[in-house]
Amino acid sequence: MPSSYALGVRLAPWLAITLLSLPVAGGLAGVIAPAFGFLPALGGNTLTLAHWQTLLNRPGLGQMIQLSYVTGLVSAAVSLAIVVLFLGAFMHTRLFSAVRRLLSPLLAVPHAAAAIGLAFLLAPSGLFSRALSPGVTGWQHPPDILFPGDPFGLAMIAGLVLKEVPFLLLMSLAALPQCQASERLRMARALGYGPLSAFLKVVLPGLYPLLRLPIYAVIAFASSTVDVALILGPTTPPPLAVAVLRWLNDPNLSMRFMASAGALLQLGVTLAALASWWLIEFLVRRLARDWLMNGRRHNGDAFLGGIALGAVSLSLLLIMGSLVGLMLWSLAAYWPFPEALPQPLTLRNWMGAAGRLGDPLIQAATIGIVATLLSSILVVGALEAETLHERPTRPWAQLILYLPLLVPSVAFLFGLVLIQVQIGAPPGIAAVILGHAVFVLPYVFLSLAESYRRLDPRWTYLARSLGASPAQVFWRVRLPMLSVPLLTAAAVGFAVSIGQYLPTLLLGAGRVSTITTEAVSLAGGGDRRLTAVYALLQLAMPALGFALALGLPRLVFRRRSGLLTSA
Amino acid sequence: MLRSSFFRLFVPLFALLTISASLQAQGLDDWASIEAEAKGQTVYWNAWGGDSNTNDYIAWVSQQLQSRFDIDVVHVKLGDTAEAVSRVVAEKAAGNSEDGAVDLIWINGENFAAMKKNGLLYGPWAEQLPNFALTAPGDNPEMRNDFTLPVEGLEAPWGKAQLTFYYDSDRVESPPRGMQALLDWTQDNPGRFTYPLVPDFLGSTFLKQALLGLVENTKPLYEPVSEANFERVTAPLWEYLDSLHPHLWREGKSFPSSGSALRQLMGDGELSLAFTFNPLEPAAAVANYQLPPTIRSYVLDGGTLGNVHFVAIPFNASHKAGALVLANFLLSPEAQAHKQDIQVWGDATVLAMDALNEKQQQAFAALPDNPATLPLGALQRTLPEPHPSWMERLERAWLSRYGSR
Repeated sequence: MPSSYALGVRLAPWLAITLLSLPVAGGLAGVIAPAFGFLPALGGNTLTLAHWQTLLNRPGLGQMIQLSYVTGLVSAAVSLAIVVLFLGAFMHTRLFSAVRRLLSPLLAVPHAAAAIGLAFLLAPSGLFSRALSPGVTGWQHPPDILFPGDPFGLAMIAGLVLKEVPFLLLMSLAALPQCQASERLRMARALGYGPLSAFLKVVLPGLYPLLRLPIYAVIAFASSTVDVALILGPTTPPPLAVAVLRWLNDPNLSMRFMASAGALLQLGVTLAALASWWLIEFLVRRLARDWLMNGRRHNGDAFLGGIALGAVSLSLLLIMGSLVGLMLWSLAAYWPFPEALPQPLTLRNWMGAAGRLGDPLIQAATIGIVATLLSSILVVGALEAETLHERPTRPWAQLILYLPLLVPSVAFLFGLVLIQVQIGAPPGIAAVILGHAVFVLPYVFLSLAESYRRLDPRWTYLARSLGASPAQVFWRVRLPMLSVPLLTAAAVGFAVSIGQYLPTLLLGAGRVSTITTEAVSLAGGGDRRLTAVYALLQLAMPALGFALALGLPRLVFRRRSGLLTSA
Repeated sequence: MLRSSFFRLFVPLFALLTISASLQAQGLDDWASIEAEAKGQTVYWNAWGGDSNTNDYIAWVSQQLQSRFDIDVVHVKLGDTAEAVSRVVAEKAAGNSEDGAVDLIWINGENFAAMKKNGLLYGPWAEQLPNFALTAPGDNPEMRNDFTLPVEGLEAPWGKAQLTFYYDSDRVESPPRGMQALLDWTQDNPGRFTYPLVPDFLGSTFLKQALLGLVENTKPLYEPVSEANFERVTAPLWEYLDSLHPHLWREGKSFPSSGSALRQLMGDGELSLAFTFNPLEPAAAVANYQLPPTIRSYVLDGGTLGNVHFVAIPFNASHKAGALVLANFLLSPEAQAHKQDIQVWGDATVLAMDALNEKQQQAFAALPDNPATLPLGALQRTLPEPHPSWMERLERAWLSRYGSR
């Protein structure tokens, strides 16, 4: 299919850029007008600052802003510190590859499922407290401790860190070869630096610039998270993004003006958090200059390494504990405090849920598969164009790629919904799929780009010299050789789609229910047993995607095992 | 009213589009022809979908209508009933007066008030339903009143709710039976009671219940709220809450998000006293392993707030005949008894037992039971709901006082 290939390669980059920038830009434009009072459908015909006035007079606004800002910075800083210390202390050790294998699947765990699991584990009536009661603590009844949901957002930060550590770790693993980490490390070690000192002084200055955008994405996500905040965050007041969502869903439609202003404010808070991080970066660079060059070979390597090991083990322990908690609850009948195990175990919750699960599962799978397919085609097209023209993606295109991850989704999705209402587009599965693709595409690109660019160009030269057209080279040589990373990237994309809460809720106008929307709404109340069932399924779907991504090539290429290792 | 400012903007538009809804309400006396017309219709029933028991019951109703009347019932699960109301408003504004997307709405209170006031409802039809007489409306005036507003046949009763307290009898010997007693009890049992975050429906209901229990003269509460008397009438409530909050769960710094979250806290043992708006919910939750078997239910001595919830048909519903047959089926003794079964949903019936024949009564008497069920007769002490305008005003005042700490 040479013509479709040529057309695809020409169009894909532009389609991808449009898909990413149009919704974000359009969505933002869609909030700016109502924030200043202009929304004729609701009778707003004049420009006014009145809605900002109402917003600023809102009780607790200061605390909401502070919560969002601090959560964004602290969770990014903690995650980065854990990842950097762990990489530094344990890179090239056996422990490292073990932890890496354990941590990678965790990337697939949706934020909401991780948060629900963490809440089950750490609540005053949670698994941890049950295990210690009444033996160690003497508690006959759960203690009255405000956690999760503490006013400082510590539970929320913990939940975010748990999810961001695997993300940053995987991003670093992709970036390490690019900055010649192994070579730098070997050199520094030969000069007598301790392993962690060598990493911090020699590798990190090269690694950090490559991690900058992922870290900014973490800050943006954490400062504007809705699902994690709903499950683990404080309520009086909630973080800003949750409050904005509440105003947006207020039955009083005139509240939408203030909600728009709130959405813009959220964007401002996120930008402020990003700017603060940038300032801190600058300061650290200044202050660390002497330290980098002072020639000291050891800087408490063992101590810091111990901290790293502790933090990573704690993260793993928390995740495993959350999983065990979810499984136990999904099998529990009545399970009173302080019994550590439910007696008797029952399959009742699973059976009861089975009848209701069909729809949300099918919807989630359909949306995930279509959005992933769409994104994968665009990403492969864009990358193919890049290889064909032997020209790397330009910085501005790179930024656009990150746009949906940097702009708080509550800010632009809301504008998208307003536009959707105004042009009379029906809310439903098609709108949700497009909305998901906006978030899936960047992740597919990030996961695939390195493998795609690193594929030896000599394969192409060889095939071309044998008379193959560019299209043939793509279909017969490059695509099969890249099938393993491509499937892995698709699995990441599918996992991202499964985890989407806000786009599904807003663009589907509540009528599209996926396993994630059900899990989040059940987590807010209802039945803990049922919530556990939904959270586990929400976890199982991306896991299935990863299993397929790993298993399928082995099956298809069982006679061409060279393809499995080359990628 | 929540939506009043929005409606005000649209009133001129509505005036242009107004069709007399009552013109369409004809032929209701010929029930057989309605059933014939309903055959093969798809009825979009917009109902709050936040509770799995309720959703299962609606799924059962849907099966029944399919097999009995060849009607396809689709449950549009709402997060909030106001979503369906805004949809009908938008349709009316767009000139859609015949093929609306909403055929039946589960509704009461402020949403009904808003729809009635703006002429968004079809009818009157409810009193012409063959099964309506089984509610004995002559003896039960609440079948014709919704939050002080006369229903006038624009919605049909479906179920009954009354604020019901429940406690763990293993941990609490004598639960508080009045508002003052509740305050004393929380002082002795700090951290073991709370109420849902306002503006959750149940949280707001607690505010109204407390207000009714604290004021000397309840008369102003049954008239529209006015800024002039709001401060004065509600002063005892804020004084009460100020002294109550330090003894609540998490010292009143955090509140559960909903009635079901409250129930979960009871199941975890974090609370030992809670309340619900569905009198049979504690029994249903015990049957469902969500609450300990030692749960007992009761109603406050002075009585508690109660109301009836209804179903209504929008003026522009596409499948009115199907919606009518559905509403009538919901009022049938069989559907009502199934709904009251604590192993199904546990929503109290609106039918009057003495209006039923012996076999029909037997269906209710034979329902499963457990000790958590409210004693018979306790539901008699029902306080009528205040005028709907109080709810929104109370919510706003609560949020500015306690919404951020």
